[in-house]
Amino acid sequence: MLCSVCKEKPATVHLTQIVGDKMQKVDLCEECAKAKGVNDATTFAMADLMLGLGAAQEVEQAVGSELKCPRCGFSQADFKKTGRLGCPLCYRTFAEGLEGLLKTMHKGVRHAGKVPEALRRTRDTVDRLKSLQKKLAKAIEDENFEDAAALRDEIKVLNAPAAKAR
Amino acid sequence: MKDIHSFLCPPAETARRHGPHDRIVMSSRVRLARNLKDSAFPGWAKKPERVKVYETIRPAVESLPEMATAYSEAMDNLTALDKQILVERHLISREHAAKNVGSGVVLNREETLCVMINEEDHLRMQALRPGLQLRQAWNAIDHLDSELEKKLDYAFDNDLGYLTACPTNLGTGIRVSAMLHLPGLVLAEQINPIIQSVNKLGLAVRGLYGEGTEALGNVFQVSNQMTLGESETLIVERLEKVLSQIIEHEDNARLTLLEKKPKVVYNQIGRAYGILANAHSITSKETMNLLSLLKLGVDMGLFSGAERSLVDELFLVTQPAHLQKQLSDKLSAEERDLLRADMVRDRLKGVNRPVAKPPTASN
Repeated sequence: MLCSVCKEKPATVHLTQIVGDKMQKVDLCEECAKAKGVNDATTFAMADLMLGLGAAQEVEQAVGSELKCPRCGFSQADFKKTGRLGCPLCYRTFAEGLEGLLKTMHKGVRHAGKVPEALRRTRDTVDRLKSLQKKLAKAIEDENFEDAAALRDEIKVLNAPAAKAR
Repeated sequence: MKDIHSFLCPPAETARRHGPHDRIVMSSRVRLARNLKDSAFPGWAKKPERVKVYETIRPAVESLPEMATAYSEAMDNLTALDKQILVERHLISREHAAKNVGSGVVLNREETLCVMINEEDHLRMQALRPGLQLRQAWNAIDHLDSELEKKLDYAFDNDLGYLTACPTNLGTGIRVSAMLHLPGLVLAEQINPIIQSVNKLGLAVRGLYGEGTEALGNVFQVSNQMTLGESETLIVERLEKVLSQIIEHEDNARLTLLEKKPKVVYNQIGRAYGILANAHSITSKETMNLLSLLKLGVDMGLFSGAERSLVDELFLVTQPAHLQKQLSDKLSAEERDLLRADMVRDRLKGVNRPVAKPPTASN
């Protein structure tokens, strides 16, 4: 888990604050904890750090406060207020800003669990396409044109049915 | 409309449900959050959209073979008391109890599967098991989810997984949790360091009714917090490992207490019995905290002949809504305290006061 503030060093200071029925957690590296004056958790207002300097502001900077979800009309300000999103498409709308937030919140930023049966094949295909494209770029860079041609053909075949996914 | 009170298993029977390690682990639960692809999340959707989602999901859930004999009802058809009963049984969340039009609940006959429709997400489905049975609970809910995905269009993203209203549930949408009775660690004053080290592992420790609630009756809920970047089985396995360690610590704390501070233990348990068996007015909070000590005494063999299920049953039936339900008139909190004390005194009549030395080879 990385520090929520600098996002570089591993977090070693973990704070949990419960206000009413809301729980907030923040994870800091030692330097950032010191810089924020987190020596005594009781005198430390975590909300400031969480919402002021943490992810929420970063989200705002990244996407601007004007951005609204085209599907449901949900805005950045709404997210700041509720901590929830408006609809599934919001994840696409606010993707850029959410990334940092997800990093601090979760183990990783890519889903590693169950996939609905109907989507399992497309997901595999997309993954395979991505890896082939990487290999292709590498082959071209290395001027290994024989491999590149083979890779391109393989991508062409895969691309046809997977065009709809993502 | 079926009546929820006649549907639910009587408290005396629920108290007799058994599972592995149920002396310490009261229950295991795995919950999944799912949403429909083209609808706003319940907290943002307007009423007509919420109703439409409910009307899409409800028949899909009811048509599952597991739910053939289920209880299914819209939240606006339940009274405040009905909802509170479901909360006290840990079948729905407190948040869901506050819902009305456009939300509903589907509960199977065995009370092992419960689906909340339009809680924070369109679907919150959970599997419950007595004792430590996280894997079994995961398998059950995984199966239910796989059946449902054939009937409903889930919101799923190749990179982010299942999309949820709150980013904290994103990915697997899973919350794996166990409810633990930890009086030994509380008495030995070891509970705070344990909570801290559990938190460090990325797991949350909460009170009896989940998020933001007090640890009444020395009952704690331990659950995962991160849902993205790890598989469900990995999350289940990690929680299993941590739980088996907490169980060990609780067992050790109980043994050490008996060895090093037996008088403290006997004093606490004896006083708890004294108050419960003789009080004429008692709040539900005090009842829960004292019942926890009584249960510890039963676990330690200090109450010959008394069964733990009696304590577990009292733990449930003395809570406000369950108590209110047994009486026809609407009561004030003060009146409930009197009746609660009467009930507890009566039920403890057959329980002799605790012995001051546990039988050898107990625990």
